[in-house]
Amino acid sequence: MTTVVSAKDLSLTFQTNDGPVNALSNVTLDIAKGEFVSFIGPSGCGKTTFLRAIAELEHPTSGALSINGMTPRQAREKRAYGYVFQAAALYPWRTIEQNIALPLEIMGYSKAEQQARIARTLELVNLGGFGNKHPWQLSGGMQQRASIARALAFDADLLLMDEPFGALDEIVRDHLNSELLKLWAATEKTICFVTHSIPEAVYLSTKIVVMSPRPGRVTDIIDSTLPRERPLDIRETPEFLAIAARVRDGLRAGHSYEE
Amino acid sequence: MKKPGTILPILIVLATILVFWYAAALVMNWPRLSDSYQRAGTIDVPLSQQFNDLLSMEKPLLPAPHQVVVELWKTMAQQAVTSKKSLVYHGWVTLSATLLGFVFGTTLGIGLALFIVYNNAMDRSLMPWIIASQTIPILAIAPMIIVVLNAVGIEGLVPKAIISTYLSFFPVVVGMVKGFRSPEAIQLDLLHTYNASRLQTFIKLRWPIALPYLFTSMKVGIAASLVGAIVGELPAGGGSGLGARLLAGSYYGQTIQIWSALFAAAALAGALIIVVGIAERLTTARMGARPA
Repeated sequence: MTTVVSAKDLSLTFQTNDGPVNALSNVTLDIAKGEFVSFIGPSGCGKTTFLRAIAELEHPTSGALSINGMTPRQAREKRAYGYVFQAAALYPWRTIEQNIALPLEIMGYSKAEQQARIARTLELVNLGGFGNKHPWQLSGGMQQRASIARALAFDADLLLMDEPFGALDEIVRDHLNSELLKLWAATEKTICFVTHSIPEAVYLSTKIVVMSPRPGRVTDIIDSTLPRERPLDIRETPEFLAIAARVRDGLRAGHSYEE
Repeated sequence: MKKPGTILPILIVLATILVFWYAAALVMNWPRLSDSYQRAGTIDVPLSQQFNDLLSMEKPLLPAPHQVVVELWKTMAQQAVTSKKSLVYHGWVTLSATLLGFVFGTTLGIGLALFIVYNNAMDRSLMPWIIASQTIPILAIAPMIIVVLNAVGIEGLVPKAIISTYLSFFPVVVGMVKGFRSPEAIQLDLLHTYNASRLQTFIKLRWPIALPYLFTSMKVGIAASLVGAIVGELPAGGGSGLGARLLAGSYYGQTIQIWSALFAAAALAGALIIVVGIAERLTTARMGARPA
């Protein structure tokens, strides 16, 4: 299997006014092509920082990080990944279509190619017919789906998702989770997914990375035994609950309440 | 859409202003009138005659509203627009300087804002000078600009436009610096992941997000521009334009002429701001803004 993301002894320290903060400490991790990897942990555990380091939005202090065998900078210049942020970050003056066209315009796709890709990705996220709407005319869940479509539009093999459904309610989130799984199956992309919801992590992932804060480090890596085909009610099976329990234990172990 | 009951309050406010104005005209013009009665030796003037005289003096301290209206009518409708007696002619002279200065000022303001946003050294060194420039009274600097430019042979429209520029670039700089810096971190991060160039970041994000700031700045800027053009016409003396009209009026005690020039200037400012407002509404509608 090809390795898409490879981190070795990765550390990242922020210099703040209150002294250095170890956001990441000696993280070693390999993500293979086609995997769905969730990063879970309390706030401050460095899960978002790790994702941002892959996207070259943060710069590691030491250690090695490669994406498709390239440095983060080269990967960014090659447009190797799509990034979905916590908020949809759609540009309010652009319609949904124009928002999806944004990366395509920047990357210099032809008008015809843009139209074809917009139509295709809108279908993928079930937003067909909403292309001419402006962001404010859509619900929060639809906006986030549009931002996923935008990340999919330029065919990057790697999708980095930073708590994309964190601000949405439980019902919408369930719905989007199952849609995301279908999308993952349809596109065969590698997905890195940051969350702080245990059910979400277990339901979606082939691999769950449990992290703990101060310093941010990996405490457990769980390979899921669940089948790739996952109806929503798989969440009531003993197998699902066993994995969830292990995640919970990992979170508890990493978090020292005695401090 | 007009909501019911918006016309009535406006009319009431207008009526109140008129009542106060007439009252003020009666009170303020009385000393002058009683003087002239004494000098002419007239006594026992009937009250209605006094009332009438107070509101139809040739050089009143405060002209009555209808006197200003009549003057406006005479100087706008009953004169050829090319005549020096026409307020339309003088208004156009001022308007052309205002518009030229406004275009200069807006361009200069946007340019300076770009410098400040994209260059750290400019950011630290330019802003204090820009603010200092606005603390100098325009009345002090305007004659110098006119005189210096006259000395090198530049006359007429351009010197006035430069004074307009001097006043109108400031709100644009301040507004556009704020506007160009208004993208959120997440919006910039997004473009970073696309490996967008600085120029692309500007065209796709900073410029469109700054447009609402531009229109707000331009509304302030165009009014300032008009003030600049009028002030620029004062030192010229005896020339054309609303400013020259104001100055001539004050030389010869033609208060009615002063007031009608003031009203013309106010109407012009109002119209200019409305035009900018319409441009703003068309642009925001095109940009798909949520209707208020």
